[in-house]
Amino acid sequence: MGAAETVTNAGDRRRGALMAAAQAGDATAYRTLLRECVGLVQALACKRGVSPGRVDDVVQETLLSVHRAMQTYDPQRSFTAWLNAIAQRRAIDVLRSDSRRWGRELNLPLAYESFPDAARSDGVLEDTQLGASLRLAIGRLPEAQRQAVERLVIEEKSLAEAAAVTGRREGALKVNLHRALKTLRAMLRGE
Amino acid sequence: MSAAPNDELIESLAAGLRPVRRLASPAVRALIWLGLVGVVAAALATVADLPALARRLAAAPDMWLAVVGSTLTAACAAFAAFELSVPDRRPAWALLAVPPLLLWIGASGLGCLRGWIVPGTHLAPMSEARDCLISIIGLSVPLSAVLFLLLRRAFPLRPGLTAALGGLAVAAAAATLLNFFHPFDAAATDLTVHAVAVGLVVSVSRLAGRRIFPS
Repeated sequence: MGAAETVTNAGDRRRGALMAAAQAGDATAYRTLLRECVGLVQALACKRGVSPGRVDDVVQETLLSVHRAMQTYDPQRSFTAWLNAIAQRRAIDVLRSDSRRWGRELNLPLAYESFPDAARSDGVLEDTQLGASLRLAIGRLPEAQRQAVERLVIEEKSLAEAAAVTGRREGALKVNLHRALKTLRAMLRGE
Repeated sequence: MSAAPNDELIESLAAGLRPVRRLASPAVRALIWLGLVGVVAAALATVADLPALARRLAAAPDMWLAVVGSTLTAACAAFAAFELSVPDRRPAWALLAVPPLLLWIGASGLGCLRGWIVPGTHLAPMSEARDCLISIIGLSVPLSAVLFLLLRRAFPLRPGLTAALGGLAVAAAAATLLNFFHPFDAAATDLTVHAVAVGLVVSVSRLAGRRIFPS
């Protein structure tokens, strides 16, 4: 066994112990662990070919998944393998979403020139079906998620301004916005 | 790649941390579910006509092969579903259910030929076949409820596949339990109805899994 592998195994065991402590409610251990995860997930996302601008999305989706899946971690097994499995899946989700978006955007100029839409010529999206569906979907979000979308996306407030208006913490707004976007994606896909 | 949003998210997640009860291992949860199926089988055996069942199985080797196939399919699909319900297990676990499923389908298919090979075999009319459909779906409902209860705190990275395997386990277990009350030998109509029932249970489970699981 080489020196590098020994270090990796020691790191894996330490992270496993941190997660076991987090499962017992130790927030300090959890914070330390999640900070370490950021670097590991960034490296994995880059290796999988995720664009630099989207790496943080993979990191944040992975951290949220780690939070929701923490009860499934077995301290007898490798933490890094558990984390990598989640991160790989989230990287694939981001790559697929990018691929779908690029597909749409590549066709958009031609579609726009061929089929100009009078309703959109004044830049008003509200009357389109997508605008209506989106408004409806936003209205069906849980209160905290709806507030995050309305303040941060629709009203384009900064995190600090939105926190002042809603009385919620900036971190909580950020998490709620992530959850809201995920919920909206699922709703608009009809899942 | 910026540090600030990640730091805010980490702070938020750490602030919201609560102690969690660790999930039992996949094998333990699979054994709990299979144990429950065993209890249901034992309860049904007390009211079933076991000598008649033994006579039917002894008379036609393909029938007991089909029973072995459906029993093993239920066990293997359940183990595969529970293994895939945690993130760090390989998707190849899904293949565990394939060999017994092929045995089940193959042996059941042989039953279709028996109508021509053994004259005088009682073939199921559509009304009896419909009873099979209702029985398989009826038995599947409580078995599914318990299975999804045992899976609800899991975090499958492939929710559709995991739920479909769970559905296959449920349908195979229901088909095995049905043998206690199967008054006739397998035939084409019967096999078709079984396939429809199993397909229905697997499809509904797959759809339900995509909604139930958190990933």
